[in-house]
Amino acid sequence: MTKRNTQIYWIGFSIVLALLIVAPMVLPEFWRRFVTEILIWGLLAMSSDILIGYAGMVSFGHSAFFGLGMYGAAAALLMVRPPNLWLAIVYGLIGAAGVALFVAYFSTRLRDIYFAITTLIFSQIFYVIIFTWTEVTGGENGLTFSRPALAIPGLFSVPFTSENLHWFVLAVVTASYLILRRIMQSPFGMVLQSIRENEQRTRAIGYPVERYKMVAVMLSGLFAGLAGVLYAIQNRFAAPDFVYFLVSGEAVIFNVMGGMGTLVGPIAGAGFFLLLRELFSRFFTEYYLIPVGIIFIAMVIFMPQGLLGFARRWLNQ
Amino acid sequence: MDAVLQFLEAIPYDQILIQTVNGIVTGMILALVASGLTLIFGIMDVVNFAHGELFMLGAYVGVVVMAATGNFWVALILSTLTVAMLGAALQLTTLRPLIGRDPLTTILATFGVSLVLQNYALWQFGPVARKIQEPFSGHFSLFYLDYPWYRLLIAGLSAAIIGAFWLFLKYGTYGIWIRATTQDRVMAQAMGIPVPWVHTFVFAIGAGMAAASGVLFGPLVGVNHAMGLDWVLKAFIVVVVGGMGNLGGSIAASIFISLLEAYASIWVSPAQAVIVSFVVLVLTLLFRPTGLFVPTPK
Repeated sequence: MTKRNTQIYWIGFSIVLALLIVAPMVLPEFWRRFVTEILIWGLLAMSSDILIGYAGMVSFGHSAFFGLGMYGAAAALLMVRPPNLWLAIVYGLIGAAGVALFVAYFSTRLRDIYFAITTLIFSQIFYVIIFTWTEVTGGENGLTFSRPALAIPGLFSVPFTSENLHWFVLAVVTASYLILRRIMQSPFGMVLQSIRENEQRTRAIGYPVERYKMVAVMLSGLFAGLAGVLYAIQNRFAAPDFVYFLVSGEAVIFNVMGGMGTLVGPIAGAGFFLLLRELFSRFFTEYYLIPVGIIFIAMVIFMPQGLLGFARRWLNQ
Repeated sequence: MDAVLQFLEAIPYDQILIQTVNGIVTGMILALVASGLTLIFGIMDVVNFAHGELFMLGAYVGVVVMAATGNFWVALILSTLTVAMLGAALQLTTLRPLIGRDPLTTILATFGVSLVLQNYALWQFGPVARKIQEPFSGHFSLFYLDYPWYRLLIAGLSAAIIGAFWLFLKYGTYGIWIRATTQDRVMAQAMGIPVPWVHTFVFAIGAGMAAASGVLFGPLVGVNHAMGLDWVLKAFIVVVVGGMGNLGGSIAASIFISLLEAYASIWVSPAQAVIVSFVVLVLTLLFRPTGLFVPTPK
């Protein structure tokens, strides 16, 4: 029975992956970009799912990791000549890891809502710093830069087009998903889930709960930073708006809409949210958050499992 | 010795005094916002993310009533009542179904509410800041400044509202109901207190207090749709520093943090002065995670 389920899971996974690979070849430019963007926001939401869905810690501070990933990539692309894609990723990850270390050290002492509020306030600290430190970060205007070439040193080097950008993003997101899925099924992931279910008991069994939480925040921050790098490369700018806590709020919304604790749920949630935004901005222009917000509240009340929550056990096997 | 003297002379005493007054005034408004927040948290474990939006809506209702009647005091009272009713309606529709679920879901729900309310305000009133006329415009001189009396009045009024509320909690029948519900929800229910309605009522009071502070604060800066965010963040800091659900603690923390920010803004820009309160928060979490102004738990 389980073996058969696993088979169905991998078949489903391959079908979705195949569809996403084909997508840029059949979709018009606007929707091609749209799907790439869903994947990037999905990666951000997936990274926060490690905390929200598995460890039971709602983080309202993921914009800090995402934003530092963006600014890290910007630093690499502006300072190092010629601009190098992999260096941008490394710089972005270093930036995000630095922030994640700071946030993890302080906020994991706290639980539940206290954790949510402190992560929120930490992300605001970084927002204020980036917003006011105009000489380095460009302040309100942010930084703009050109896109590096998609290159593997010694093998090939091609400029990014919207098609191979999509494939690159898809490859990164798929790899991240498989890595995170493996980690969440490992003993480490099991301990995180037991922290979510009963922190006292986990501690009593003898696990160093704080250390596990810190590693979880760091891990989550790294992948959020990776999403930031991808977004920077796609849009060729870094701006303080992306460090503002509303971005973290959106990551949480994606999780709730898609289904917490499933890793793919948040990607589906990001897709659902962006589609709703696209749909409602036709009627409500920039006030689309009024209907989307109402749908979100209704989902929190009536559908706390989210869109993919029904398949949670099946996706996690 | 000379260095010490020079240092002492370099301190701008007049500015410090002015900033002390400013800090106390903002601190009292902040205390009014934060006491609603901490009350709602203490009684129903709800972290009200939409509290800043209630503050903002209060200010906007104040603007509308001012335009219709021209009387500041009518605006203050009507706005408080309207937003309190809105708060009760919000509690009934979005928070009551969540009773008994993980408190974290209430953050999500109220976050959704805050997005809706903020965008509604933007849609209804537009992005241009509105102004509330202050009820009187007398000044007195404070060093080289003409300091408006109105600012002192705000501090006094906020203190009066908080004081009246405290008396109500201490001696009023319904106040006793509220305190009983805070202490033990199940027992209170068993003694015949209608706990769900106490929740609604408390949420309405908290919303009303936020609205009142919005109207009081309106004349100092323009009223716009994003003003709630700053306040809700500050109120969160205050509530954590003062100890969640602790009314006295959050009032002390409001004044403490506002004073620190006011002093900091002598030397750095106000946008950067916010970092001071963040640092206070981090230090509090490091050394006294239960809050600065509560006794150390044994």
